[in-house]
Amino acid sequence: MTLFELEFMQRALIAGLLTGLSAPAIGTYLVQRRLSLMGDGIGHIAITGVALGLLTGTAPVLTAVIVAIAGATAIELVRARGKASGDVALALLFYGGIAGGVLLIGLAGQGAATLNTYLFGSLTTVSASDLYVVVGLAVAVLVIAIGLGPQLFAVCQDEEFARVTGLRVQLLNLLIAVMAAVTVTVAMRTVGLLLVSALMVVPVATAQQITRSFRSTFVTACAIGVTACLAGIITSYNANVAPGATIVVLALAGFVVAATVGTLLRRRSGRIAPLDDEEPEVGVPAPAPHVVSPTHPHAHNPDCGHKKVEHGDHVDYVHDGHLHAAHGDHWDEH
Amino acid sequence: MTAPLDADHDTAAKAVQVTDLSVDLGGRPVLRGVDLQIRPGEVVAVLGTNGSGKSTLIKTVVGLLPAARGEVRLFGTPVPRFRQWKRVGYVPQRITAAGGVPATVYEVVSSGLLSRRRLFAPLGAAGKAAIEDALRVVDMADRRKDAVAELSGGQQQRVLIARALVSDPELLILDEPTAGVDLASQQIFADAIRERVARGTTVVMVSHDLGPMDALIDRSVILRRGRIVYDGPPHASQTHAHVHHTHADSDDSGWLTS
Ligand SMILES: Nc1ncnc2c1ncn2[C@@H]1O[C@H](COP(=O)(O)OP(=O)(O)O)[C@@H](O)[C@H]1O
Ligand SMILES: [Mg+2]
Ligand SMILES: [Zn+2]
Ligand SMILES: [Zn+2]
Ligand SMILES: [Zn+2]
Ligand SMILES: [Zn+2]
Repeated sequence: MTLFELEFMQRALIAGLLTGLSAPAIGTYLVQRRLSLMGDGIGHIAITGVALGLLTGTAPVLTAVIVAIAGATAIELVRARGKASGDVALALLFYGGIAGGVLLIGLAGQGAATLNTYLFGSLTTVSASDLYVVVGLAVAVLVIAIGLGPQLFAVCQDEEFARVTGLRVQLLNLLIAVMAAVTVTVAMRTVGLLLVSALMVVPVATAQQITRSFRSTFVTACAIGVTACLAGIITSYNANVAPGATIVVLALAGFVVAATVGTLLRRRSGRIAPLDDEEPEVGVPAPAPHVVSPTHPHAHNPDCGHKKVEHGDHVDYVHDGHLHAAHGDHWDEH
Repeated sequence: MTAPLDADHDTAAKAVQVTDLSVDLGGRPVLRGVDLQIRPGEVVAVLGTNGSGKSTLIKTVVGLLPAARGEVRLFGTPVPRFRQWKRVGYVPQRITAAGGVPATVYEVVSSGLLSRRRLFAPLGAAGKAAIEDALRVVDMADRRKDAVAELSGGQQQRVLIARALVSDPELLILDEPTAGVDLASQQIFADAIRERVARGTTVVMVSHDLGPMDALIDRSVILRRGRIVYDGPPHASQTHAHVHHTHADSDDSGWLTS
């Protein structure tokens, strides 16, 4: 019997395939918004969700997805407020998530072994009902990540511009947070809650070494994610270690290879096509330049009829759309 | 200009109508009692020293900042209720248009079409043609596959302008589009704006240095410390030439003198 004929391995591989696709898909948007560690925070909070499921006898996948979505929403609301204390609020949420989870699992009478299967993934524990939930959630994430690609790209790339095109930016930001939470739950059984963020970020960082466009980064990252997940699961079965660790180690090895190849490629293309010289930049706002109004035949005075405007220690006269101020024997543009 | 001079009291005839606008930032009043009306087809320059509130005015007009008092109407509709964003093109005051993931010139310009695209709908042939056209106008067609982060400041600014032009807006709002931009880019940019102005597009432009754009301006508005201190023609008479360039070679006591 090969490992592909084992029923639990089939389930693990299906879950791994979907995890390998959806984690880098949402990860590309998170990295573009420079929120690489958001997945990590949500993973911590989801631990409490798992523990609640174990304590109450509900499926941990369901309680985890609910708690993760609530936590992600809280993180997004704190972030959108942009308050200085937001950083601390996030830290409290993360640590509260871990501590609460460990506490509740203890209360549920479960040991560290059970917790470990959620923290670092497990091949044998993906049940058939788990798999249905994972497939449903992962497909939903992928449909949105691809279908709303242009809108999500715009929001992550330049939020203010996106607002002026009429996009509901706050709603889309919240959607990204919720998708990240759902992906954390999808990935929980494969890479585990502590390493899920690595699968969101490392394939994207790897892809960036060789890609130039957002779309190709997205596609390449997903391909890397799938490869790392499937190869990691098979290695994990053969070596009898937690799949999360093998998946992430493989992904990191891929990054090292890509970074080396990317550096070599850039060096070569840099030698072939040197940077074209640009004209010197002009118009950089200089600190209050002294500009003389040439051939200014009129002498302004308080009664000359031109509008007067106070300017620091002197008066400017409004003159044909310009502001003129006396300076020695001539008039300055102000 | 083709601006209709009648219907002065009809708010719908105004592209932009700012009434008694005050804006606070960080608890400090930045704009105070600003009144400004811009008719369709007008080309208005907003001038003023650094920190006089130009960007704040522009951002409030496009709805990025809330008004503490007064209101802004776009095409007759108060901004909080305005939904026809495809009529507006906005170029923010920023050179870097790069996020954490590389994005190509084509991808950034295509996001300018979002005000015209429906959710889950692919980019149609008309959209692709519009992107090609905008790229051609700013002379970036052969750079479409390059990552934006690898371009020079002037080229990045041209990408942002193409992104605003691609939806063919009736009202273009630009915040310092030429600051820090090389001369070649400034000329390309002025040509692009001239083409739109000829088609009747309304333009509101913040600039320190209008450069090749000077001849396009119908009217200038000067802000100082959050108030409008001048609003009128840029060239009422030709009594003296306009100096828009900085005097690096001035024989005076120095460029810090004011
Ligand atoms: N977020 C902010 N909080 C507080 N003050 C601000 C903020 N943004 C800008 N300001 C202040 O508002 C004033 C006007 O800024 P701005 O509109 O950017 O000027 P300009 O574009 O004319 O250079 C400046 O004095 C600036 O310091
Ligand atoms: Mg400004
Ligand atoms: Zn005078
Ligand atoms: Zn002065
Ligand atoms: Zn004068
Ligand atoms: Zn002088």
